[in-house]
Amino acid sequence: MTLFQAQSESQLQLMDAAARLKGRSLWQDAAERFSKNKAAMGGVIVLGLIAIMSIVGPMISPYTLEDLSWESIGIAPTMENSHWFGTDDTGRDMWVLTWMGARVSLTIGVMTTFIALLIGVAYGATAGYVGGRTDNLMMRFVDVLYALPLLFFIIILVTVFGRNIYLVFVAIGCVEWLTMARIVRGQTLSVKRKEYIEAALASGVRTNTIIRRHVIPNVIGPVIVYVTLLVPTNILVESYLSFLGLGVQEPLTSWGVLISRGANALETAPWLLLIPATFLAITMFCFNFIGDGLRDALDPKDR
Amino acid sequence: MSTPVLKVENLKVHFPIKSGGFLNARTLPLKAVDGVSFNVDAGECLGVVGESGCGKSTLGRAVLQLIKPTAGKVVWMGENLCDLSHETMRQKRSDLQLVFQDPLSSLNPRLTVAEIIREPLYATDASMTREEADTRIAAIMTAVGLLPEMRNRYPHEFSGGQCQRIAIARAMVLRPKLIVCDEPVSALDVSIQAQIINLLRRLQKEYGLSLIFISHDLSVVRHLCHRVMVLYLGRMMEMADRDSLFAKPLHPYTQALISAVPIPDPAKERTKEAVILSGDLPSPMNPPSGCVFRTRCPKATPVCIKDAPAIETLDNGRQIACHHWRTL
Ligand code: SF4
Repeated sequence: MTLFQAQSESQLQLMDAAARLKGRSLWQDAAERFSKNKAAMGGVIVLGLIAIMSIVGPMISPYTLEDLSWESIGIAPTMENSHWFGTDDTGRDMWVLTWMGARVSLTIGVMTTFIALLIGVAYGATAGYVGGRTDNLMMRFVDVLYALPLLFFIIILVTVFGRNIYLVFVAIGCVEWLTMARIVRGQTLSVKRKEYIEAALASGVRTNTIIRRHVIPNVIGPVIVYVTLLVPTNILVESYLSFLGLGVQEPLTSWGVLISRGANALETAPWLLLIPATFLAITMFCFNFIGDGLRDALDPKDR
Repeated sequence: MSTPVLKVENLKVHFPIKSGGFLNARTLPLKAVDGVSFNVDAGECLGVVGESGCGKSTLGRAVLQLIKPTAGKVVWMGENLCDLSHETMRQKRSDLQLVFQDPLSSLNPRLTVAEIIREPLYATDASMTREEADTRIAAIMTAVGLLPEMRNRYPHEFSGGQCQRIAIARAMVLRPKLIVCDEPVSALDVSIQAQIINLLRRLQKEYGLSLIFISHDLSVVRHLCHRVMVLYLGRMMEMADRDSLFAKPLHPYTQALISAVPIPDPAKERTKEAVILSGDLPSPMNPPSGCVFRTRCPKATPVCIKDAPAIETLDNGRQIACHHWRTL
């Protein structure tokens, strides 16, 4: 045995001296797989363009959100007068409206998801890691909230606090974290049984350090995927809230507001519906492609 | 040998298991470890052997207080660990460490080797500087046969044997006095097993470590351990120093275990008297009355069904739990 050890230990050292010294983390592997996925990368690029346009778009146009004029009501998209996307029934420039709407819709999508992410991850990881009775209580509470219809919840908030864009953030975020919490809890339960958690406990690592260093990085994969799917869901939720008149208020606009107004003028001015609807659809596709790409990249075993 | 560093007295770990339906629900104790006592001296290696499911791993975790014992004492350097608060125990953990069976799953895949080994250092001494930690990480990596240059690589880039070296480095970096090794080599190839065993032996000598070495593999235990404890269904059957145990096993269960180990001499192997155990391990939920081994014991008599054998201690410190060991 001793002879054997001497020989193989020297072999080992040689092999490793020749090998790379800088490690590749699982994140780096995933990033490489993701960058090879054409649909996902396309999604990133298009989404990036839409995001940039939502910032610079309104600046390019000579018009602003407040420019109403009697002469330019209901102009179809044209290169003249710089009304590239036409105007609406009050004479406002659609180009500006569309990009301002993009700004609001994307912000709502991202902010609400961020709220859902924060609450959901903290809540789910705690419930899953602590386990036992705490877990039971916390998850039953989630079940109860699940039973409340979103719309009902938002109508109550709106009637109590009045219409307000921040309220929309809070309302959507407060509802969407439930699914997030469930996903995180499930993942945490499976990670909790891994021996490296026990090893950390045995070396005297504190509970919150274990959650932060060992649990969260190992559950974050499926969470990221869910996030990319949650952003478009939330944009849609905002759209239908606006459609019902519960969302953002004029003169501020969003894609949901534009679509709802465009739907009323479908026969006379179809571009009022088609333009924001097309951008909304493209955005949904982008997020879904990115989500698919991330799922494949983060969990290669599934393919 | 010197005074024991660890004294375990009448340790019991029972898990409540719910059974029955909604109306006749009751909770039965699963007696994973039931009244086990032993000592470990400084610098000693105690082997714990038995079939899978006999409570070996539970015993190891209960000693480290990773599972709270139901009853009994774990006295470490004169202090009963079972009485300590969570926080006091946390600070004690640098003395007592654990090495697992599956090396890959015992390492967090998202951390580099250096981060894995550094974690116990920071957890027990928050004031440690980065340079100091790095020096210790490099030293311990060299000591377990890893190149310190590999510090920035990730567990999945190593072989099983190397991962086990990382796990040993993580356990050793705190300079513990006792390491519980839970089947540390059974997930590895036979050729790698020898390296890890030799590494453990070398570390034990160099650092004066005490080891509790849990294994189902008697040949590995024979190679490494000074004393051996045989467990069956959470109870101790026999405990003796290695040489007398292997030379003359007294308990029928030990005899059966030892006769199942192949002898590397074909002539002896052919003529040896094999005791083959029939049947399966009984459920620990519902252990046999009297001697727990009686359902599979070739020497069982009616008295074995009635009374559980007491643990007898022989002159040389050997312990045995059997009614009939004298006549066997
Ligand atoms: S007490 Fe009886 S059943 Fe138990 S080991 Fe001894 S002989 Fe076998």
